Amino acid sequence: MTSTVGGPLLELRAVRKSFGTELVLRDVDLVVPEHTVTVLIGASGSGKSTLLRCINQLELIDDGLVLFDGVDLADPRNDADEIRQRIGIVFQAFNLFPHMSVLDNITLAMRRVHKVQRAQAEAAALELLGRFSLVDKASQYPDRLSGGQQQRVAIVRALAVSPKLMLFDEVTSALDPVLVNEVLAVVRDLRKDGMTMVIATHEMGFATQVADEVCFLSGGVIVERGAPDQVIHAPTDQLTQEFLRRVHEAGRL
Amino acid sequence: MTLDPTSGDAPFASPDGWRPSEHELARRAARRSQSRRGMSIALVSSVVVIGALGTVVVTSSGWPVVRDTFFDVPYGLEVLPIIFDGFKLDLLLVAIASVCIAVLSMIVALVRTSRSPAAAPFRILATVYVDFFRGTPLILVILLIGFGIPALNLPKISSLDVAVLGTAAIVLTYTGYVAEVIRSGILSVHPSQRAAARSLGLSNAQTMRHVVLPQGIRRVMPPLLNDFVSLLKDVGLVSILGVTEAIQQAQIETNKSFNYTPYVVAALLFLIVTIPLTRFTDRVLATSISRQNAQGTA
Repeated sequence: MTSTVGGPLLELRAVRKSFGTELVLRDVDLVVPEHTVTVLIGASGSGKSTLLRCINQLELIDDGLVLFDGVDLADPRNDADEIRQRIGIVFQAFNLFPHMSVLDNITLAMRRVHKVQRAQAEAAALELLGRFSLVDKASQYPDRLSGGQQQRVAIVRALAVSPKLMLFDEVTSALDPVLVNEVLAVVRDLRKDGMTMVIATHEMGFATQVADEVCFLSGGVIVERGAPDQVIHAPTDQLTQEFLRRVHEAGRL
Repeated sequence: MTLDPTSGDAPFASPDGWRPSEHELARRAARRSQSRRGMSIALVSSVVVIGALGTVVVTSSGWPVVRDTFFDVPYGLEVLPIIFDGFKLDLLLVAIASVCIAVLSMIVALVRTSRSPAAAPFRILATVYVDFFRGTPLILVILLIGFGIPALNLPKISSLDVAVLGTAAIVLTYTGYVAEVIRSGILSVHPSQRAAARSLGLSNAQTMRHVVLPQGIRRVMPPLLNDFVSLLKDVGLVSILGVTEAIQQAQIETNKSFNYTPYVVAALLFLIVTIPLTRFTDRVLATSISRQNAQGTA
């Protein structure tokens, strides 16, 4: 890892994004140092997903800076494809390619973008699959797998090109509690390996365990941020308290 | 919120007092210059390519002769009304044929994708039908039906106008093609959609009508339009039976004057219909796609 010493891997400064006349992100600042995990919490529609999509340039921002290793990703003079090679993203709905086997899903970018030989790419993919106990699924097609297996494959696919930063967009929202654990275990493993991650989630218990910093978003603004114990267990902002009370009532804390 | 006309959707200022920062303005300027650069490359390369082709054609030694025999404007205007009369018959035949093809090919496609064991003989019949008419050249089918049926001396049927017989031949052939396009659309809809509809209590037919077909047909709209445009042109083939539609009319004029301009006039008439049609369908398709898929710029 070669980031500038001391500088954060990812930094957002006054990021602003609107869809039509609706303002979705309002002057969002965020600092993600290398080897740390930042968890975004907040109600649906609070801007978590949009924030992640703005980071890897799936959405154009209206204003602000998205600095990755000190380079502004939002600048059209920087090659978006080249940027995305270093940032992995995992989606809520998996977004696996249904017409490819698990192995091909994982090796596609290695073979086509990074020009790795097929044999080599497949060996690397199988090793990753082994780590997540998915080796026996390598030749299966995504539709044949359970949701948890599909999501773990999607994580492996994103990891296969050795990104420096991983983004997780509510990766467990489509899964039942047992499968949720199998996916979250993978994320915990990644944390142990020192992967830098930004995670949007509704799983507060998980957030408490993995986060170095928790940010609570409401109406496109980061209302409260800090250590997980502070934000999740002793929030000071009224909106955060209200949100967490409702989460608690829903039995999800 | 005001929108800056030069930068797509990005707002220029908003009621909360926000104005684009300097780096945002720099990014927009960069985006504009990138798009200007793209535009000028496109413009220059178009001018070069079209100019080169034009120069090659116009400076060729035979150009004056070609210009006079293919692009004689006054003569073209003179024959335009006669050819347009023929073209109206083309349009009428297309209108009738396309309705028949739509109905028949839908039936064939539904039969071919049906699963009930009772429909098995019909499935086989439909398959044989598709195999036969898709595999036989259209011109042969037109000749067989156009000349064969009258020769059979059947009551009523044999005395039908050759335009009707020719159209029937086109309908039979095109039904084979279009049925296969529709079938591939139906098969492209994921089984989970059928499962969701059936589990809501919809019958097999209702599932087809309200869930599978709307998605499947939308997906195959471009190839269907493709078939429609080629139908529009292939209808001209009934001229081999002696039907005086646009192409036949153009041929008659050409034979009189030994000038090929009438063919070019007929070609222009076909283009005037097909090009706007293609653009229109593209637009309809684009709006229906953007309405369903609300995701990003990537």
